[in-house]
Amino acid sequence: MTIYSIIFYLLALLILVTTAMAITRRNLVHAVIYLIFSFFGSAMLFYLFGAPFLAVLEVIIYAGAIMVLFLFVVIMMKAGSGDERIFALRQWLPLAVFGLVYIAIGMGIVSTDPSSRITLKTARAAPRVFGQFIFENHWLSIEIVSLLLLVTLAGALIMGRRSRRPSASETLDGEL
Amino acid sequence: MIVPFGHVLILAGLLFLMGILCVVARRSLVMILLGVEIMLNAVAVILIGSSLLWQQLDGQAIVLFVFAIAAAEVSIGLALIVWAYRRTGSLDPADYNFLK
Repeated sequence: MTIYSIIFYLLALLILVTTAMAITRRNLVHAVIYLIFSFFGSAMLFYLFGAPFLAVLEVIIYAGAIMVLFLFVVIMMKAGSGDERIFALRQWLPLAVFGLVYIAIGMGIVSTDPSSRITLKTARAAPRVFGQFIFENHWLSIEIVSLLLLVTLAGALIMGRRSRRPSASETLDGEL
Repeated sequence: MIVPFGHVLILAGLLFLMGILCVVARRSLVMILLGVEIMLNAVAVILIGSSLLWQQLDGQAIVLFVFAIAAAEVSIGLALIVWAYRRTGSLDPADYNFLK
């Protein structure tokens, strides 16, 4: 058992525990902050697996931008979900059954797959090598993704624009 | 020498399962979107693990695109949620029943 495997198991435990805490919180702000810890754990895992550039991107995009966006939206919503029951009782049985079937099938696949017994070797893709690889082999996809982000920006602007006041027949209050 | 690849698969599978549970069991739209983010993160973990297993950079390249798609999806999704919240004053998808 090398130092790398000890680090891996510690990180796996950290990620699983913080994610489980995040999905069971009633308070949305607490859930988002637990998830930030989970994404930091994932970033360290990426670094361990030899992807330092993607580890940095995980911190910047996931733990930084996306979670801050969630926090802003939660703050705008005045957090009115205090009385939400986490697991409704009649959802418990199908949830447990499908979850157990999923775990059983997954364990079966992992234990019979020959490549799952291969031990990973440490390697490291330097950011310079990774960037050259991306722009030599996947330049068209990069352009498509940048177009997608531009369209997303326009879409978010259109959706978020405060539109004209909806007429009385369009709102719920107008119906009542 | 880190760990057998199967342990990475199990970790990513459990993360994905937690994302599914969050999407299925929670009623708030914000938590449903968080569950989708957890699932995308599990996919990124498994892609980087397999990139290390076969010593190919393609897995890491796909993770870069997964990040971009996740950012686009979450910004449009949150804009839609804000729009729906302004219209109805609720985050519960069961309340969006204009057509009834």
